[in-house]
Amino acid sequence: MGIFDFLKSRNRGTASVAKERLRIIVQQERSARDAPDYLPTLKRELLEVIRKYVNVDPEAVNVQLEREDGHEVLELSVALPGR
Amino acid sequence: MTEIIVVTSGKGGVGKTTTSASLATGLAKRGMRVAVIDFDIGLRNLDLVMGCERRVVYDFVNVIQGDCTLKQALIKDKRHDMLHVLAASQTRDKDALTKDGVQRVLDELAADGFSHVVCDSPAGIEKGAHLAMYFADRAVVVVNPEVSSVRDSDRILGLLASKTRRAENGTEVKTQLLLTRYNAKRVAAGEMMSVEDVQEILGIDVLGVIPESGDVLAASNAGVPVILQPDSDAALAYDDAVARLTGENVPLRFTEPPKRGLLQRLFGAD
Repeated sequence: MGIFDFLKSRNRGTASVAKERLRIIVQQERSARDAPDYLPTLKRELLEVIRKYVNVDPEAVNVQLEREDGHEVLELSVALPGR
Repeated sequence: MTEIIVVTSGKGGVGKTTTSASLATGLAKRGMRVAVIDFDIGLRNLDLVMGCERRVVYDFVNVIQGDCTLKQALIKDKRHDMLHVLAASQTRDKDALTKDGVQRVLDELAADGFSHVVCDSPAGIEKGAHLAMYFADRAVVVVNPEVSSVRDSDRILGLLASKTRRAENGTEVKTQLLLTRYNAKRVAAGEMMSVEDVQEILGIDVLGVIPESGDVLAASNAGVPVILQPDSDAALAYDDAVARLTGENVPLRFTEPPKRGLLQRLFGAD
């Protein structure tokens, strides 16, 4: 690095920003891609059942399928509205 | 056995045709019998990069539709007897390419004793790109160290793992990355993602790293695959990639910025 390099150092570090953004989006798109076809329907039907009892927002139900060495984990989280 | 290699990327303009031309030429230089096929129907360009555009009489679609024999359509390279080019058609009818037709051509090349068939994929994820990768035994995914190219490459990796003959048969397409337009100086300055970064995001091996170089444009201007440019880092990097394709173990080069002298370092001169 030259001693005058600080004068043109404004663009520094954007590569790490790119990497971090890509890491997240690629992971997200991969899990959507590998998800079984029934996942969206499952999510909708679960939401209908839950709504019979609690009035939750459609956004409040999060269904995720994760692969851990050898087996799959279906993770379901529902954020209940505050009282 | 004939090895079918698809050169693909998703995103356009990252160097698929440049790479197809150089890998095919490099394999032929090593004594392999190679056919390189342009799958970009309607946007023929491999012929220009290979420098045989004025010798195209029949094309890929002509062969599939039975207007001529495969032998008539294969253009023998002026520089290497072992290398043949099959040009894309300039028809606007994208449906001219069919899975059966492509398979017939590939089978005939195999029966004719070709050791390698390089399939130059069009950009995108439409039919042409699908057919270019469908029969592949291995894939070279060309990627620039840049966000949109890396993301699109991941889409292509997904397709290679699901929409190919090998995937349907429960085997895998051997898939590797080829980074192009790599600027080691900008990587060192933190302005460009490194080989390791891209490899980590996409999670697959690297076949090669091609440094950003004016020689690539000079070569395509002249219609000579860049791998044949004398004294060119890009040519040497492509030659290394070809060596790795044939199973040699060659370390990566040109991934560090060139060493500079004391005065240059002091004043940060380029």
